[in-house]
Amino acid sequence: MPRRTLLTQQHALQCLGTALGSVLSRSVATKHSWPPHADEASLYIHWPYCLKRCSYCNFNKYIPRNQNHAVMTECLQKETQTLLQLSQVSRISSVFFGGGTPSLAQPSTIAAVLETVSKHAHLSDEAEVTLEVNPTPAGKASLKDFTLAGVNRFSVGIQSLNDDHLRVLGRDHDSQHALWTVSEARTLCPGRVSVDVMFALPGQSVKAWESELDKLLPVCDDHVSLYQLTLERGTQLFKQVDSGELSVPGEDVTAVMYNSARGVLEKAGFCQYEVSNFAKNNAVSEHNIGYWKGRQYIGVGPGAHGRFVLRAVGGVQREARTQTLEPDVWIREVQRHGHGTRRRIQLDHRGLLEEVLVMGLRMNEGIAQQHWELFSPEDDLQQIFGMSEKVQEFQAGGLLILNDRGLRCSWEGLALLDSILPTMLLELEMFFKKQYTSRKTDIQRDR
Amino acid sequence: MSLFRSHGLFLPFIKRFPDIKICRVKRRSQGCMTTYTVIRHRWMKNSCWSISPVREFSSNVSEKESLDMSKFPVERIRNFSIIAHIDHGKSTLADRLLEITGAIAKTASNKQVLDKLQVERERGITVKAQTASLFYQHEGQTYLLNLIDTPGHVDFSYEVSRSISACQGVLLIVDANQGIQAQTVANFYLAFEAQLTIIPVINKIDLKNADPERVEKQIEKVFDIPKEECIRISAKLGTNVDQVLQEVVRRIPPPTAKVEGPFKALVFDSNFDHYRGVVANIALFGGRVSRGDKIVSAHLGKSYEVNELGLLRPDEHPAETLYAGQVGYVIAGMKEVKEAQIGDTLYLQKQPVEPLPGFKPAKAMVFAGMYPMDQSEYTALRSAVEKLTLNDSSVTVQRDSSLALGAGWRLGFLGLLHMEVFNQRLEQEYNASVIVTAPTVPYKAVLASAKLIKEHGEEVITIINPAQFPDKSQVVEYLEPMVMGTIIAPDDFTGKIMTLCQSRRAVHKNMFYIDDHRVMIKYIFPLNEIVVDFYDQLKSMSSGYASFDYEDAGYEAADLIKMDFLLNGRPVEELATIVHKDKAYSAGKAICERLKESIPRQMFEIAVQAAIGSKIIARETIKAYRKNVLAKCYGGDITRKMKLLKKQAEGKKKLRRIGNIDVPKDAFINVLKRK
Repeated sequence: MPRRTLLTQQHALQCLGTALGSVLSRSVATKHSWPPHADEASLYIHWPYCLKRCSYCNFNKYIPRNQNHAVMTECLQKETQTLLQLSQVSRISSVFFGGGTPSLAQPSTIAAVLETVSKHAHLSDEAEVTLEVNPTPAGKASLKDFTLAGVNRFSVGIQSLNDDHLRVLGRDHDSQHALWTVSEARTLCPGRVSVDVMFALPGQSVKAWESELDKLLPVCDDHVSLYQLTLERGTQLFKQVDSGELSVPGEDVTAVMYNSARGVLEKAGFCQYEVSNFAKNNAVSEHNIGYWKGRQYIGVGPGAHGRFVLRAVGGVQREARTQTLEPDVWIREVQRHGHGTRRRIQLDHRGLLEEVLVMGLRMNEGIAQQHWELFSPEDDLQQIFGMSEKVQEFQAGGLLILNDRGLRCSWEGLALLDSILPTMLLELEMFFKKQYTSRKTDIQRDR
Repeated sequence: MSLFRSHGLFLPFIKRFPDIKICRVKRRSQGCMTTYTVIRHRWMKNSCWSISPVREFSSNVSEKESLDMSKFPVERIRNFSIIAHIDHGKSTLADRLLEITGAIAKTASNKQVLDKLQVERERGITVKAQTASLFYQHEGQTYLLNLIDTPGHVDFSYEVSRSISACQGVLLIVDANQGIQAQTVANFYLAFEAQLTIIPVINKIDLKNADPERVEKQIEKVFDIPKEECIRISAKLGTNVDQVLQEVVRRIPPPTAKVEGPFKALVFDSNFDHYRGVVANIALFGGRVSRGDKIVSAHLGKSYEVNELGLLRPDEHPAETLYAGQVGYVIAGMKEVKEAQIGDTLYLQKQPVEPLPGFKPAKAMVFAGMYPMDQSEYTALRSAVEKLTLNDSSVTVQRDSSLALGAGWRLGFLGLLHMEVFNQRLEQEYNASVIVTAPTVPYKAVLASAKLIKEHGEEVITIINPAQFPDKSQVVEYLEPMVMGTIIAPDDFTGKIMTLCQSRRAVHKNMFYIDDHRVMIKYIFPLNEIVVDFYDQLKSMSSGYASFDYEDAGYEAADLIKMDFLLNGRPVEELATIVHKDKAYSAGKAICERLKESIPRQMFEIAVQAAIGSKIIARETIKAYRKNVLAKCYGGDITRKMKLLKKQAEGKKKLRRIGNIDVPKDAFINVLKRK
């Protein structure tokens, strides 16, 4: 498989923390042309429906009473076509079907959408096509059909291997289903199966978490996504914790959980390449790396987000686009206008750099100097952050590393990224303000 | 507050002031039939006062005929105040007196007519003295009774003393149920020292638990006033209120002013009106003054022309002339309140007089920092503070700035209630949201060397700000302000109260049963020990039965030390405080704990320490934050994440950085503010 070889090489480099972005960069921006990678994008397709409401989830999902797959398929195709044409990208680098529960979609829908993509842009056979899967018996049964439709990577939301926890989370599967589904997925897409697991669950102890990891390691494939349970306002779980019916582990305990998981996974040969993501044998998620590297992406489906340049209408700056949330409304809009974009925000130079910074620092390799240069050809990382007292403090504290190669978090820093980022954003803002004032004085001097 | 000091409490006053008793006897012999007529006047529908910017000031001027005040010779004038403990019914009685004499129409809605400030109505207290002139028919003659309302609390005794300087007598109101309370005592002494005629009035006799007999006995015992002199009334129902007016005429002597002499008036209060400038309240000690007269302020030597003058009933009623013995207002083109200095003497330009003794300036006893919630509100708050101090000259204002709270002021107040009321008025009347720091008291230090004394220009320096606290090596001794506290409570609580007082470093002075069950206890307290929460504790431990009041008792030597607070070894200037050595440990620990609670965990461990000099006496540790919550970033939705991070970044701008620690303003507020 030639594709596998390429991926392996590529990911080996990534895990070593080299400046992969520039090595593989397909379109390097010059000063007055498109932002980087304007010619290609990844594609996110949102399937908004679920069978059941999980107790912790506040994401955009709907429990349908009756579902018209044909209309949904048609609309997803239609919006894909419209947005691809607007962006005028010639190549789609990866496709990700997320949700909701996209494994509830019919394989034919997946096939139809991929067909539409291929009609309007180049979609390589090697391109990663991921589908999020709920590990229910029904989900397991259709995995083969999904691969036939073009899916070549599965992300299985097992969440936990403890049935008590799964019940509290309101999941519609048990640990046995999870194991079966992972096993089936691995047979179909060996080396390209990811599992989502959650920690800091109600009543969970460090010991229980560690033993769960021990159970997980022998059965999982080459990719693990690790999330902490977040209590979102308005969810059932939030209410239960708020009322004292359930209790979640405290700050210190979750810190131990996170770090022990990192240790266990690394020992088992996994490389942490992002705050929440671990890969063995370099089976990183190409699609997610696209987000973290600030590449273009097109979001299709209710509530999907996108970031791309509208080249078809003479756009120069990247736009942040959000599609209409409610499926029924979205469907009407797509039928009427070809797309259901609800909000469009122009990302200016600083806005784009902010996203590159925030997303880039999530990666283990951080932001390579060459990668930053793609977006900021004039001001390098040293110029922007080198003189900052606070950045120096982060460095002295062993949280952040800024050198000739770029900017990245240390192992300890990665766990504290959200606390580091507000400061970094302020430093970026201050740099731009200073530059603006000095430019103004230059202009005055020239006069 | 300096009017009554340090005399033994229960000396037989009559022996000291024999004239009082004689006067009373004489006046009582005058008693015979009285009648009154109601002179109706339009009561302003719009009861807003000079604080309101849209005051319709001219409505009554144009609609009412000018009053001829020559009809009221000195003999038919009585100037009096009502003094009482809080909630004993002073304002209700004032309402009834106003109704009876027709100053206001009799309606159910007359509640605290003289208490015009929102804070006064809410708290049931009087802050700002008001004046109302009443026309009263007695024995076929019309009398002019000037009711000069006084604040009930000793914090405002400066206002009280101003008011009573214009009076010859007071009505001392005591609740028939509660009996004598701490403020009753304090107010009594103010009037007593000013040698005024005191008419005891027992109010609320309609209450189920009223026991006027017991209260009469208390009055006899504590104030040495024969119980036969007490008038039993119900201000609420109007019972015997008429008798009060009769007794005012009979017992209170007329002012001693002579109309033939040169014009001489005491400025006893002033208000500021945005349209007309200063409205000065004056008491005429001699002569007469008319519209158009050229008058001079003795204090500034500036001359003014009288534009308008008249009576306050309690709204302004213009007159052509005011005569000796009368009380009223005058508007004379004074643009600033400073021009109408309270205690100043006014006289006619062509007839200079010897100025009246005036008042001792108010002495600030409690200091607190006041800062705008947000620095962008500084200018607005400054103008609000300026406006409010125009009408309350007893507040001292000093500009101050804090690294944590920005630019603000250090304000000096007469007492705690005064401070609270000021703060409440700022918020209510000027819509200003302010941070008020925990109150401190003015300490003193006796300097040790001639060199230092020369440097400071005085031997004893007053320390308002802990930053100015001189080192022990530089001083002979430190002094702290003391107060004589009076507590009146049912004797069941005596034990508890004594324990509380002892924990506040108080020294017991005496104890006295005012009746079979109630005891009056006197303690000398360090003022510092009562400024924060003493009164609240006293109230709660006595189920609300104990009343407390205090008066200045000079300064005493004290073991004072300056305590610093450190974050990771760096002192936080704005948290430094002066404490008594015996309280250092508990105060240090408490503040460290509060800091620990209010500073969020950060990426580094934070040591919170209290230190005296280089010695650490308390420590708390804020553990380092080890991990953020790792939420999933769904489907490329980085907008939400960016929004959150940018909000946090904006929030960071508002943090104060001490070393490598970001301290939110809230943390300082939590530690510094009054609880």
